[in-house]
Amino acid sequence: MVSPAWRVRVDARRCIGSGICAGAAPRHFVLVDGLSTPVAETVIPADEVAAAADSCPVEAITVRDSTDDRLIAPEP
Amino acid sequence: MTEIQQVSDARAYPFNPPERLDLDPQYAELRENEPLTRIRMPYGEDAWLATRYADVRVVLGDPRFSRAAAAAHDEPRSTPQRLATGILSMDPPEHTRIRTLVTKAFTARRVEQLRPRTQQIADELVDALIDAGPPADLVEQFATPLPIRVICELLGVPVADEHKFHLWSEAIVSTTSLPPETIQEYYGNLYAYMGGLIAQRREEPTDDLLGAMVRARDEDEGRLTEEEMVQLAAGLLAAGHETTVTQIPNFVYTLFGYPQELARLRADRTLLPGAIEELLRHVPLGAASGFARYALEDVELGGVLVRAGEPVIVELGSANRDHRVFDDPDRLDLTREHNPHMGFGHGVHHCLGAQLARMELQVAIGTLLDRLPGLRLAVPESELVWKSGMLVRGLKHMPVEW
Repeated sequence: MVSPAWRVRVDARRCIGSGICAGAAPRHFVLVDGLSTPVAETVIPADEVAAAADSCPVEAITVRDSTDDRLIAPEP
Repeated sequence: MTEIQQVSDARAYPFNPPERLDLDPQYAELRENEPLTRIRMPYGEDAWLATRYADVRVVLGDPRFSRAAAAAHDEPRSTPQRLATGILSMDPPEHTRIRTLVTKAFTARRVEQLRPRTQQIADELVDALIDAGPPADLVEQFATPLPIRVICELLGVPVADEHKFHLWSEAIVSTTSLPPETIQEYYGNLYAYMGGLIAQRREEPTDDLLGAMVRARDEDEGRLTEEEMVQLAAGLLAAGHETTVTQIPNFVYTLFGYPQELARLRADRTLLPGAIEELLRHVPLGAASGFARYALEDVELGGVLVRAGEPVIVELGSANRDHRVFDDPDRLDLTREHNPHMGFGHGVHHCLGAQLARMELQVAIGTLLDRLPGLRLAVPESELVWKSGMLVRGLKHMPVEW
């Protein structure tokens, strides 16, 4: 079942500001004072959001189904 | 004004051959007076060079600048031929599709699991140094085998082949140290070698990273081509050790130049992680930049208009010395509080092996401090021989005693 919305979080304590997510998914992540911030906390499911979470070298980004909290990315 | 100056106002780049680990003073002058300047590399079209931290961040982090677009241009470069640089020649989403295949193996969490084994390898190498007694060559006997053994175990490459592929790996960091045809030959050798290891894994599956890559491709053939997989694997092997091999002696050399900082670090080992970050900022690994990013639209940057289709090259070593971001930037300060350095680059091409390199450098420097407390150069500094004709700065040999 395709979930209607995803919730995106960035753990500021883990983020190292590599800029990978903001480069890979510029519509969804921006760097604020050097650290990644989601543009919107709830998003329409999109491959590039999951890919950004999978690309994070410190696993600071989590993407969850907004209805049942199921982990979408990063892949375990 | 002479005619030659009228024909081209681009500066020849690199400005000068690298002088030890000293950053060319022209960068400081450019940061103040001409943050984007015209340069001409040995081959390819003229480019802009960005030297300030903020501008470098934009070029590396903003999707209006593209690596993939370089393929359609006469890319500025150090070598006559154009080299297959794999994912470093791609933009998202193609770049993301391939890179995420291996990202997992290089996350901070996974790399931390390799720390005990890395420590064991470092200890074995130091045991051998102590057994043989001083003097020793820190490059050959410690800095080279340590990262090679770690990346071999991670990928599943036989360590017995280390001399072969270490020789070929010079091709990825060579500008003029090797003749152009040798660079081509070594690239070919690396690709053929990795192709062979990948073929073996089709016969006998393995649990190492190469085995995982083969499984991922065989499960989803659309994800990457066989050629992309071979290039990625060869890139991991070569880039996975060349830089760390070079930086371990560079860091030791730099610490020798700051005896008070070295004494602080010896006295308080909790400073080590921050010290490695400061060394990553302070040591300008790159001797010559490259990998131009092409503007996809007109962009105002550093007081000039970069037009669509123009290439921009960034100088990370210069950005890391920008006083707009770093206080007293030329000083090595192992307890620097604000240190968002770009030693690993920035943006989608931020070093894939950054967490691995950090861990290896912490283990390498920590082990040398712990076990060889009297470590010092065994020859006068003026007798040290530095590499030349390479993209990176580093020592050919580092004779030490303790």
